[in-house]
Amino acid sequence: MTETVQHRGAETTRVVNTEVKRQDSREKLLGKTRYAGDFDIAGQLYAKLVRAPMPSARIVSKDASAAMEVPGVVAVFFGEDVPNNEIPTNTAGIKGRPQPPSWVLTTERVRYHGEPVALVVAENTRALAAAEALVDIEYEPLPVVSDPEAALEDGSPLVHEGGNLLSEWNIDRGDVDKAFADAPVVVEGSYEAQVVDHAYLEPETGIGWLDDEGVINIKVSTQEIEHYRRIAHVVGLPDSKVRVQAPYLGGGFGGKEDMTVEPYIALAVQRTGRPVKMTWTRQESLTARAKRHPVRMRYRTAATEDGKLLAHDIDIVSDAGAYPLLSGFVLLYITLNATGPYRCDNVRVRSRAAFTNNTPGSAFRGFGGMQPVLGYEGQIDKVADATGKDRVEVRKRNAYKRGDRIPAGQPIETAVWLEQCIDAVMEAIGPRPEPSSPEHRVGLGLACNVQPYGRVAWMNDSASAWVGCERDGGVVVRCGVPDVGGGQVSSLAQIAAEVLHVPVENVTVHFGDSSRTPLAGRTTATRQLYMSGNAVLSAARELRAQLIEGVAKATGCAEHELTLAEGGVLTPDGVVPLPEVVAMCMANGVAINAMKTFFAPTAKPVTQLIDSERIVPDFTFGAHAAYVEVDTRTGQVRPLRYVAAHDVGRAINPLSVRGQIEGAIVQGLGYALSERIVYDEAVNLTGAFYQYAIPTAADCPEIEVKVLESGEGVGPFNARGIGEPPIGPCASTIASAVEDAVGARPTTLPMLAERVLKCVDEGGRA
Amino acid sequence: MSHVETRMTLNGKEVTGHAPADTTLVRWLREQAHAYEVKEGCNEGTCGTCTVLVDGKATTGCTTLAVQVDGARVETSACLADGDELSPLQAKFWETGAAQCGFCTQGMLMSAVELLRSGEKVTPAKVREHLHGNLCRCTGYQAIVNAVVAAAEEGATR
Repeated sequence: MTETVQHRGAETTRVVNTEVKRQDSREKLLGKTRYAGDFDIAGQLYAKLVRAPMPSARIVSKDASAAMEVPGVVAVFFGEDVPNNEIPTNTAGIKGRPQPPSWVLTTERVRYHGEPVALVVAENTRALAAAEALVDIEYEPLPVVSDPEAALEDGSPLVHEGGNLLSEWNIDRGDVDKAFADAPVVVEGSYEAQVVDHAYLEPETGIGWLDDEGVINIKVSTQEIEHYRRIAHVVGLPDSKVRVQAPYLGGGFGGKEDMTVEPYIALAVQRTGRPVKMTWTRQESLTARAKRHPVRMRYRTAATEDGKLLAHDIDIVSDAGAYPLLSGFVLLYITLNATGPYRCDNVRVRSRAAFTNNTPGSAFRGFGGMQPVLGYEGQIDKVADATGKDRVEVRKRNAYKRGDRIPAGQPIETAVWLEQCIDAVMEAIGPRPEPSSPEHRVGLGLACNVQPYGRVAWMNDSASAWVGCERDGGVVVRCGVPDVGGGQVSSLAQIAAEVLHVPVENVTVHFGDSSRTPLAGRTTATRQLYMSGNAVLSAARELRAQLIEGVAKATGCAEHELTLAEGGVLTPDGVVPLPEVVAMCMANGVAINAMKTFFAPTAKPVTQLIDSERIVPDFTFGAHAAYVEVDTRTGQVRPLRYVAAHDVGRAINPLSVRGQIEGAIVQGLGYALSERIVYDEAVNLTGAFYQYAIPTAADCPEIEVKVLESGEGVGPFNARGIGEPPIGPCASTIASAVEDAVGARPTTLPMLAERVLKCVDEGGRA
Repeated sequence: MSHVETRMTLNGKEVTGHAPADTTLVRWLREQAHAYEVKEGCNEGTCGTCTVLVDGKATTGCTTLAVQVDGARVETSACLADGDELSPLQAKFWETGAAQCGFCTQGMLMSAVELLRSGEKVTPAKVREHLHGNLCRCTGYQAIVNAVVAAAEEGATR
């Protein structure tokens, strides 16, 4: 059930802001959509990685001779065979710390369980499997460091030579010590979040081939087609000699932001000259592909007697795993978001990310905006409890207002509808359900969040789009977005249809092709609608002006007499149909297409101490509420009802917005209650899907979504980004509900039954 | 591994393939019958992405060998639509936004069809229980549950 609360004075739209049934969904339902793994080419080879069986070792020797004896094996490659085996780490703004590269195939040293060591290429998957087992690699085990705090101590085994501190971000605002010294209320809390996997249902997969222009083509499930440059670097080709295409993805969630199969396919294609297909098994994906960072957070919070926040003093340690990937940026986001959607004038945050021998951490929906919600929402509840105030009132009293500055310095320029979100969920959650037995307790939880959308300002983000008309009156959009399943392409079609006054079915979007569609950047950071949407909007508006110019020239009408209308251009003499408009433009030297690039606001990089007028483009706010039932005998937690409200500025497609929010909630419930990757001394024990408990339909409650529209946001038609933000509050919402039910709050994720049982004992209400 | 001949009735048509005896049904369907609508998500029977109906019963194609269903009637999601016209169940999935990335969709549809054909009373709770073997990472299941219930209310069986 969805209800849309709309702001006043919204511009009237025909296509945008309506529940458009997505064309891509229709094709998917028909089973016609070809995902990256659904392409086969005659004569293709298959490739598979040989991965390290232990987390820390020196590679003593490598021998492929036995593997090469297997009939059907074509090649075995080691790191020494890769033209540029080193993948540089690009973490702009993180200075003075070691930024070791990662490797396509590690040559001398293994730093995590499952690290790629060799690449086998064969005629068929049977030969591949046989040969993989015969690649003879001798390892000498080395000491392991698996705890990030231990890794930061003197004398810890080093993962990289420059030390185990990967990055550090700090905020120092106001006078924290004085604020604590004077504060009537001080509360403390420690919170711990675990490692989780994206668990999209389409595994990492792709197929590559060499075309007749010497270009290595790769069709791959990726969130970033612009990796073509990195891939070209790996195989030593000019950037223009690698083309990456992303067909519709079977999910991404950040896990396909870094390269996965691409460099291996490129290497194998280059060296064999034949098409090569590579698909990682689910088990490889679980064992070795980058995960969400586990973090430990210690909060001290000072407040007045009536619950107004005075100061936060926060210490955060994140486990980056074995290689940098995006850990520096994720830590920046953790730091930036450490205090949540509440104004606080005295803030100290010290955040560090440490190398360990665990699976590398990298991007995952929420991207560092996720973990600290557990901390700041836990603290706001403690403040409410310590001051005897209502949890809703304390949140409202501290909520940001437009113009407030976040602790990192940036002012909030658009509307803050946090209070409206809180009111919406508290009203919609309804009466408290009766417990199902005397042994059960029901609790109500509430949590809020804020999450930026768009990339960090000093990434100098841009997106380009081309919009044109065909002679038959069809509209074509070319925009290099990867569509991860969230409706990225469909929203662009809606925007073009809106501006050009055509039915959305008449818009064809070519997308996700690094050599045939204008580059639009990665589908990450909740940036794609904001960036590419604005680019399409601007190109479509330019095209609209051109179409009017063409008709004006052909008819002698003044341009101000002409407008776009259903079916074409409206003149004082009636509508000129679009095919005729196109002909008029062509006959009068007016282009029937336009390309525009949208630039996000930029700023100079900051280093370590975050203090800047501009760090991100804008923010999305939300509130969640839920009832849970706790079985006091077992500690089992069952969510009964879940309500979420987010201000999305303006929903381009309310159907897609609701889908993003509902999906994020269930992914967030997995984070809260059941999902975790388990390690034993950095050996990843979660190697099978059945061991990784993502929520099923039977585990999930009824979800109700409130889509709020303040009419303010920096995306097209004042939209805000919504892809990532709704996953943030889930774990805190559940923790708060469990606390309400049993009297003590779980602070370690996931909230497994045995952990909740301890809360039951502690709470003393059983 | 010796190749064996396997025959089945796939979406009403007789198909024959020659593949190694240990070929799983999902790979057989994709490689031998070009039924690319059937997706493989985990190859261990956990995610349900490869669910097809074997003699009417929802079955994970990755934990079933093709030779085990020799002679059987196999239905994939390709049997649902009438040409380009969505089946009633598919239409409900479309309206509610139940297909996002779409990768779980083919298996999800077939498990739902099994329920719709069963004649059991279809409630939201029943749908959730019946679909618990089909994981979805995008939708949060709400739209899927709504779609199946709405299709059942219209008496749909496909």
